[in-house]
Amino acid sequence: MYIIVVGGGQVGTYLARRLVKEGQEVLLIEKDPSQEGRLRSEIGDYVMVGDGCEASTQKSAGFERADVVAAVTGEDEDNLIVCQMATNTWGVERTVARVNDPRHAKIFTDLGVGGVVSATNILYNLVEQEISLGQVIPLAALRRGNIEIVESTLTSRSPSVGKKLRDIELPPKSNIVWFLRGEEGYLVDGDTEFQIGDLVVALVPTEFESQLREVM
Amino acid sequence: MKLLIFGCGRTGAALARQMAKRGHEVTMIEQDSRALDRLGEGFGVKTVIGDGLNEDVLERAGISEADAFITTTRGDNTNLMAAQIAQKRYNVAKVCAKVNDPQRAAEYKKLGVMCITPNLLTAGMMRNWLLDEAYGPIDEFNDLDEEGAI
Repeated sequence: MYIIVVGGGQVGTYLARRLVKEGQEVLLIEKDPSQEGRLRSEIGDYVMVGDGCEASTQKSAGFERADVVAAVTGEDEDNLIVCQMATNTWGVERTVARVNDPRHAKIFTDLGVGGVVSATNILYNLVEQEISLGQVIPLAALRRGNIEIVESTLTSRSPSVGKKLRDIELPPKSNIVWFLRGEEGYLVDGDTEFQIGDLVVALVPTEFESQLREVM
Repeated sequence: MKLLIFGCGRTGAALARQMAKRGHEVTMIEQDSRALDRLGEGFGVKTVIGDGLNEDVLERAGISEADAFITTTRGDNTNLMAAQIAQKRYNVAKVCAKVNDPQRAAEYKKLGVMCITPNLLTAGMMRNWLLDEAYGPIDEFNDLDEEGAI
């Protein structure tokens, strides 16, 4: 896969570096020439200095053959234009835009941007695997009702290990919905008994997140 | 008509004055209150301070009742995003964006966004003047083929 990342701030750098590590073909485009040295030292030769919103830059970057274009600059309007041009001018199949102002998320979708990700969520996903076991990680705040999806990997210190779901005192309006054991995912019921290493996904109102953490 | 302008630079301010003078109802949206000085006194242009990409600001400026929306900030992408919000979300009948990059303008014209590229306009008018040709309609100046393909 050829993945072009536009914007060499923290999000773009991290994203590009991870994709390079995964063995993907990556190009990071950054507008500010003074950032080039830092970027090259962090992610290697896959850096191009230029304005990712300009058609000429897009051409020499090879937008035409890109499988994915991810626009992750700090400016929403730039991210929108990069994605729209990738789709409409170059026929890129998949585009992802970072949305800095969450109020822009809907209009991005309306204007044809495939993936719209708020910066917060990207960061959560990126750091997800680097957070030590046993912590509860909010995956996404759902739009309405302040419900969060959180996940937790159970350790020997987790109070829920060895217990059945019906015996765990969950905070109000919360529920454990799903868990991953080894390679298999399961929906839970009252008889589900949790084990060390289970990755548990729960829905919880934001205000009860810390209570959930205590019982999981 | 009821006209909203986003961006009180030289272009936006001049357009606001010209339209107000002709009796149209003009509202200027601008983030920097000092830039509103460019409007001058006595033209009766309404002003809203805020970001024209923000729907609350647009609605405060009366976008739901607007007949036309023109974006004249200095940022091409800001103008293109604002123009699309006006067109797609608020169904404003006449929408036009100032876009300095001719190639970007060409792409968005294909998507149905009216773009005016000031440098092409200037170059085309100078060309007509040099060659003693009559000034043509706007699309003649806005012709991106003059710049060559990407």
